[in-house]
Amino acid sequence: MEPEGIHELTAAYALAALDERETQAYEAHLRHCSRCRDDLVALREAATSLAYAAPATSPPAALRGRILEQARAERSNVVSLPRRLRDRRTRILAAATAVAAAAAVALGIWAAVLHSDLDSTRSAHARDAQALALLAEPGTDHVPLTGASGMLAVASSGKAVLLLSAIAMAPSDRTYEAWVIKGKQAQPAGLFQGGANRVVPLTRPVPDGATVGVTIERKGGAPQPTSAPIVSAKLSNL
Amino acid sequence: MRANLAHLSDEALVALVERGEEVALGELYDRFGRTAYGLSFRMLRNESLAEDAVQEAFLMVWRSAARFVPERAKASTWLLTIVHRRAVDVVRREERRRTEPLGPATDAASAEGSAEDVAWLRLRRERVQDALRQLPDEQREAIELAYYGGFTQSELADRLGQPLGTIKSRMFAGLGRLRELLVDVQPEEQPWSPRESTS
Repeated sequence: MEPEGIHELTAAYALAALDERETQAYEAHLRHCSRCRDDLVALREAATSLAYAAPATSPPAALRGRILEQARAERSNVVSLPRRLRDRRTRILAAATAVAAAAAVALGIWAAVLHSDLDSTRSAHARDAQALALLAEPGTDHVPLTGASGMLAVASSGKAVLLLSAIAMAPSDRTYEAWVIKGKQAQPAGLFQGGANRVVPLTRPVPDGATVGVTIERKGGAPQPTSAPIVSAKLSNL
Repeated sequence: MRANLAHLSDEALVALVERGEEVALGELYDRFGRTAYGLSFRMLRNESLAEDAVQEAFLMVWRSAARFVPERAKASTWLLTIVHRRAVDVVRREERRRTEPLGPATDAASAEGSAEDVAWLRLRRERVQDALRQLPDEQREAIELAYYGGFTQSELADRLGQPLGTIKSRMFAGLGRLRELLVDVQPEEQPWSPRESTS
């Protein structure tokens, strides 16, 4: 049920002046109202012009370097990072957690508006929130991935989440399957379809020294991997 | 490799960022970092909070560039919306800052950067400030408190002692009018051109 006058909320939404509940209602409305989507394009641009009206204040000179350094740390695609990573088990500042959570929020905004994908976005958020909470735990390690950009976060309990910033959607008759591989034994750890900014909680703990790998399997998954992993992350032995 | 990216459109840079090109992120920062920081600082009134908000926003851009759809927004609008949302989140969390007055929009003397950049930003700022001044006071107030202050419409209704419907109307009318005024003073932005195929 939609309140009357919901079209008028476009300006407030563009100004970020809605509370959480109102934002959700409005985004649900956007999904089926092309008039509001068009209005939003124009009003968001007007709202953004206010950013340029703020007084000029120079950011600290070091900020640029910090941003690029952090960006570099988050990207670990071997294709674009030819150097061998010196330390696979990198510990990233707790800031990474805030970034991941905030990214989910930003995705919500844009996924909602741009892809009319509201329901799936919201249910994905509920699931992601749990996974992202894991990232906040002290002692969680962040291991760069080989073969895709993203990371594997492993809590001290062994609970783990795969974060993939971009991986092609699997064909409809296929699925990605995650594995926890220790020695010669691979155990299934969850299925997912791919896409941008996937958060994939693994269904089994990851022990020290194990490798997490991802293969493409037939829909429904396989009991054992049928190929070499296309994406992997190895935890060091402590 | 230190590519000179100055000739690329903002949209082309976002496409490069999507492919993990760090230099493109650096170039976006060079183009919008000052505006992003100026906005965050105005909203948060605290250097380290403003820095954190800008850093997190640019990292969101780094991670979610694939979500940018050029048909629905200019790249600059997309990026600055992310910065604004981030700063709004922080300002709402840091409740205490919001009871402080917003303060006048005067230039800090510390503005640095190339003379050309500074001049361009100043021109742009003056245009928007000029347009804002042409709005009826109550519309400007509602828009500024919402955008810079991070107040929700319901909070604004309380604070200003007006019915919610009045606040909604002021924001709607004010933002619509602001848009008209800015379209008038900015006849033609550079048209967006198809993404270069960088190979």
